[in-house]
Amino acid sequence: MTFTKSSVLMLLMLFFSLMLFSQHSQAAIETFEFDNPQQEKTFHELTKLLRCPKCQNNNIADSNAELAKDLRNKTYELVTQGQTKEQVIDYMVARFGNFVRYDPPVTPITIFLWLGPALFIIFGLLVLFRQIKKQPTKASVLDTEEQEKLQKLLKQHVKDTK
Amino acid sequence: MLNKRRVLTLLVPFIIFIIGAVLLATPLLKGSDPSKLDSALVGQAVPAFTLQDIYDENKQYDATIFKGQKMLLNVWATWCPTCYAEHTYLNKLAKQGLYIVGMNYKDDRKKAIRWLNDLNDPYQISLFDQNGMLGMDLGVYGAPETFLIDSNGIIQYRHVGDLNEKVWNDKLLSIYEDME
Repeated sequence: MTFTKSSVLMLLMLFFSLMLFSQHSQAAIETFEFDNPQQEKTFHELTKLLRCPKCQNNNIADSNAELAKDLRNKTYELVTQGQTKEQVIDYMVARFGNFVRYDPPVTPITIFLWLGPALFIIFGLLVLFRQIKKQPTKASVLDTEEQEKLQKLLKQHVKDTK
Repeated sequence: MLNKRRVLTLLVPFIIFIIGAVLLATPLLKGSDPSKLDSALVGQAVPAFTLQDIYDENKQYDATIFKGQKMLLNVWATWCPTCYAEHTYLNKLAKQGLYIVGMNYKDDRKKAIRWLNDLNDPYQISLFDQNGMLGMDLGVYGAPETFLIDSNGIIQYRHVGDLNEKVWNDKLLSIYEDME
């Protein structure tokens, strides 16, 4: 009976993996035709760069949302019209705001994203240098009396271990 | 004295942490929804368009309909359950005398007309945007959306999601009243 049990399990596994597979292939059915490879490249770069406003954490190439499909079609339309990458991005930003960009531009609000890490590193280094400077360097140097004491102790130790 | 300064320096990271925590927690506690985006068109005129009337194919409208008085532009569709939920409230607002323009978005004309006949029509003008052309230009990313447009045809606010008594009184009413 173990044979049938395992074969049922195998069938189930196959079934579920096929389900996964079919979902993937559905997303890839859409086809676009381009006049030249350059346009195709621009299109793929753009659909990876543009973020779907509806699904928030997908770019429009990955998303199956109706809106993402519309944005892909629009991108295709603009690219085949000969518009540049920047022109298409400007078109989308004018309608959906900077939210549609996965590479946010430097603005007064976002500048902290670029400067923040640098400021933290500089601040950390300053603190570090000040701490190092402050450390009493004298502590490591022994005066003559202490040296003698140390030598004595060392001699004692050597004797003891022998 | 030196000790005091040392304590203060050591407090700096803690203070930065507190400021960061407050900044991050405020939107959470205020309950702001990250899926609701501000419109990129606030402060701009309604984009140019030519669309048919939903009831009459031969009747066409353009952006001039948004000039002359302040109004609401409601984007809706029969495939959108939230639109169904807010429809009663739109009827209520229309009864109060608000001028509401409806934009049926990526929908079926017959279904839309049936919807308006069955549920009452709160719209002074009903645009039929089958391909979502005006929707794209307005940055519509889901229905329902409601735009507040002043008498010069300038978009002053966009609300994403359903319109109800609470949303209207808490958010939209004051903006609507401040508009020219």
